[in-house]
Amino acid sequence: MRYSALSLALNAIVGHRTWTPAWRDAAPRAAYQVIVIGGGGHGLATAYYLAREHGITDVAVLEKSWIGSGNAGRNTTIIRSNYLLDGNIPFYEWSMKLWEGLERELNFNTMVSQRGVLNLYHSDAQRDAFARRGNAMRLNGADAALLDRDQVRALAPYLDFDGARFPIRGGLLQRRGGTARHDAVVWGYARGADRRGVDIVQNCEVTGLRIAGGRVTGVETTRGAIGARKVAIAVAGSSSRVAAMAGLRLPIESHVMQAFVSEGVKPLIDQVITFGAGHFYISQSDKGGLVFGGDIDGYNSYAQRGNLPTVEDVCEGGMAMMPCLGRLRILRGWGGLVDMSMDGSPIIDRTPVAGLYVNGAWNYGGFKATPASGWCFAHLIARDEPHPVAAAYRLDRFRSGRLIDERGAGAQPNLH
Amino acid sequence: MRMPCPHCGPRDVREFSYLGDATLRRPDPNAADAVDRFADYVYLRDNPSGPHQELWYHGFGCGAWLVVTRDTANHAISAARSVDPSGAPPRAAP
Repeated sequence: MRYSALSLALNAIVGHRTWTPAWRDAAPRAAYQVIVIGGGGHGLATAYYLAREHGITDVAVLEKSWIGSGNAGRNTTIIRSNYLLDGNIPFYEWSMKLWEGLERELNFNTMVSQRGVLNLYHSDAQRDAFARRGNAMRLNGADAALLDRDQVRALAPYLDFDGARFPIRGGLLQRRGGTARHDAVVWGYARGADRRGVDIVQNCEVTGLRIAGGRVTGVETTRGAIGARKVAIAVAGSSSRVAAMAGLRLPIESHVMQAFVSEGVKPLIDQVITFGAGHFYISQSDKGGLVFGGDIDGYNSYAQRGNLPTVEDVCEGGMAMMPCLGRLRILRGWGGLVDMSMDGSPIIDRTPVAGLYVNGAWNYGGFKATPASGWCFAHLIARDEPHPVAAAYRLDRFRSGRLIDERGAGAQPNLH
Repeated sequence: MRMPCPHCGPRDVREFSYLGDATLRRPDPNAADAVDRFADYVYLRDNPSGPHQELWYHGFGCGAWLVVTRDTANHAISAARSVDPSGAPPRAAP
């Protein structure tokens, strides 16, 4: 069913009793042309673009739980393309362009809200760095505006402009950045892929990879063996565990990243705002809760929960930037798994096993990348060559020295 | 998380800094395949879900580097020892 104002009205007349499921809960077949491991945003977007852009519809997405139950449901829903380095900006800007057309493309309300992303700066040196970043963004077709203190005050008068330690001098604003609805992104891609013939198989955990003569031939799952000519891994957070099934070690550590939401309040924060003197970012959901987060906990973890020192650190950052936060209670917090890579940038590439592809290492920035990640991964799988905007995301760049290190932190994943 | 420091007893994780995998061994720089071995050593990790031996530095305590065995699936710590084979603390615990 195509969603429209008319379909909504017609269903309202009959008491919303005739809506049909948005996608089939498929049982796995014996074999597929392409198997995508991981039913999160990236895996479903990959399947969608395989069908939509490359005409490959003999595809299964295998998800160990229900779709969107992993990191697609544990992020802070921010979309932006405010990167500095050549390997990154064209990719993230392409993602932003896909976000801008996503609702029309998917016929699904993904609640893309270009409310702006404002990065605060607190010193002359930081202003220079942000001016440079903004220029790099504009050279690559993204938008950026360097604001002074009064312009920031007009947007967000509740910030602590005159704190003795971290006075706010201004900010770098990307007006096209903002937020999207994470669940709706998952559901929209699932529905679009399903309508084009992709099987979405839930509660089907991959337990092994079948490899013969250096070529992948299928997967072992909790619902039996499934053959495939090509297998694509899109399980960021657990990439190392799945790659290990093929005997591969990746330049990745899995870490836990916490996020929080406050009790709901009336509209207060229009943009996404980030603190420049610590690591803290905040936006307000449509329900009114303030959604915020900061640094990762900093040690290897698959536990999907973090520790209190990080909660305290995040809240200290929030209080330094926006003291009125202290009047709010935290409603809940959660932890998601992130693939922290050795240079802080992602991997979309072939592997040494023929027919096996890997998409991961999204660090703590995977949500915004969802559309372009799916787009570029589908291109790689279909044509066996990288998409131009993702050509730098190679698995062998660490060995060859072509790192993409935005933070300049070196091969220490918990510092990116 | 509380770290069972062998010198100071159980201490808050805030007192420690994390380095990472403690099983990595620096390759022989004179080996014929040293370039490949160093690339693996610097960049590749086992990254297991389960018991993980890792290096922690007790900077706000005795100053010792510790090898801690911690389950990454649930954060349970089963062992902690000093990297120094003599077991002596580098400085007196505060």
